[in-house]
Amino acid sequence: MEVQLLSGGFADAPVEGARVFRAVMQAMARPGRIERLEGARPPAPMSVAAGGVALTLCGPDTPVHLAGALDCAELRGWLAFHTGAPVVGREAAVFAFGTWEALLPLSGYAIGTPDYPDRSATLVVEMDRLEAAGMRLTGPGIAGMSALSLPEVTAFRANAARFPLGLDFLFCCGDRLAGLPRTTRVEAG
Amino acid sequence: MSEYNFAYLDEETKRMIRRAILKALAIPGYQVPFASREMPMPYGWGTGGVQVTAACLIPEDRLKVIDQGADDTTNAVSIRQFFEKTAGVAVTEETARASLIQTRHRIPEMPLTEDQILVYQVPIPEPLRFLEPRETETRKMHALEEYGLMHVKLYEDISRHGTISTAYAYPVRVEGRYVMDPSPIPKFDNPKLSDCPAIQLFGAGREQRIYALPPYSRVVSLDFEDHPFEASKADADCALCGAGDSYLDEVIVDDAGGRIFVCSDTDHCRARRAAGHLGAEGAPYEEADA
Repeated sequence: MEVQLLSGGFADAPVEGARVFRAVMQAMARPGRIERLEGARPPAPMSVAAGGVALTLCGPDTPVHLAGALDCAELRGWLAFHTGAPVVGREAAVFAFGTWEALLPLSGYAIGTPDYPDRSATLVVEMDRLEAAGMRLTGPGIAGMSALSLPEVTAFRANAARFPLGLDFLFCCGDRLAGLPRTTRVEAG
Repeated sequence: MSEYNFAYLDEETKRMIRRAILKALAIPGYQVPFASREMPMPYGWGTGGVQVTAACLIPEDRLKVIDQGADDTTNAVSIRQFFEKTAGVAVTEETARASLIQTRHRIPEMPLTEDQILVYQVPIPEPLRFLEPRETETRKMHALEEYGLMHVKLYEDISRHGTISTAYAYPVRVEGRYVMDPSPIPKFDNPKLSDCPAIQLFGAGREQRIYALPPYSRVVSLDFEDHPFEASKADADCALCGAGDSYLDEVIVDDAGGRIFVCSDTDHCRARRAAGHLGAEGAPYEEADA
């Protein structure tokens, strides 16, 4: 088991991290677009994409919340070794990992303050499926309209209504990832 | 190349900058504080843009760097060489071939595409700074959407000069919310900010701020109903390539006050001359040794 904790990171951290970030940035800048993230091999049940996000963005300065089944000894050990990020409760988390059901309710996470709306959590949601179909998305980053298979509508509408405060989301399924910033307006497809 | 970590910065610093970039994209026009690092070049030389570029760069990128539209000025050449040396990326002077463009004070004439990223070097990121020197106050003004002071400034322009005389760093409103300094680009370039297919990132090194415009963001230059915004340029054609629609630099050519106007975007001018366009003072284009 200990060997597994030490493996699964990037083989070439600067270069693989750069490619993964580029994909995450494109996903966050263009809601509805699905990107592929390669290189990370986190212990189950974390997906390759969520593992890539953790390796690329998390560090000692970013408290992380592990929700539901993701809060296991293997993942805690893997995150501690590869990122050094402390595992905390949802109120203090800069990043939160888990399935949609495990991450709910959304009210517990930091949404920023009027002075510093950037001091808000990013939720990394593990999905069973992820397709560019379903809910209709409009807003910055989208030419006209795009679509994404989101778990629901109401929560994202309430989140967008609080702009500039709010949460930002990354949806992961296997090695695929899509982003949903607080600016995106979501409607049922 | 092996003497440096890829793209110079250490990984922990890149993670910090990357988190700031993502929040900047999520809150268009809002200035995200970040822990700017000392770079091996002085403040004012684009340390903010360099750090943003370093955090975004991938080995497959083809980098273009411009300073006031020109690829061949000291600032542009040194930053391009910096990334050639520390990241080993390919470089180009052609806008169409570049995947990442770092710019100081211009937006290329050629429309950008979805496959490109534009990184701006920003000296003073706070549009309200010269109206209100206190950071605590400007932060409150952004939080409360209190932008009246900026309109008063533009109004004073009109009352004094008869027109809005602000010619560069012309303030814009992003997606109907944050007022943003587009960096000291000429107001001629302001319309290109809006509905742009490329990701636009802004880095201010000394002031420690990163902000961004996601693709296809709505960016409106502030104005008044009776004094609408006007993207102005020198009333002339380029003396070298004859372009009538590109932004022009004024060049003094002798001691008797003689002057010509030439394209500020050197790649645009070169491409036009290569295609056979010739201005009043231009010589026919010859292929330079690459």
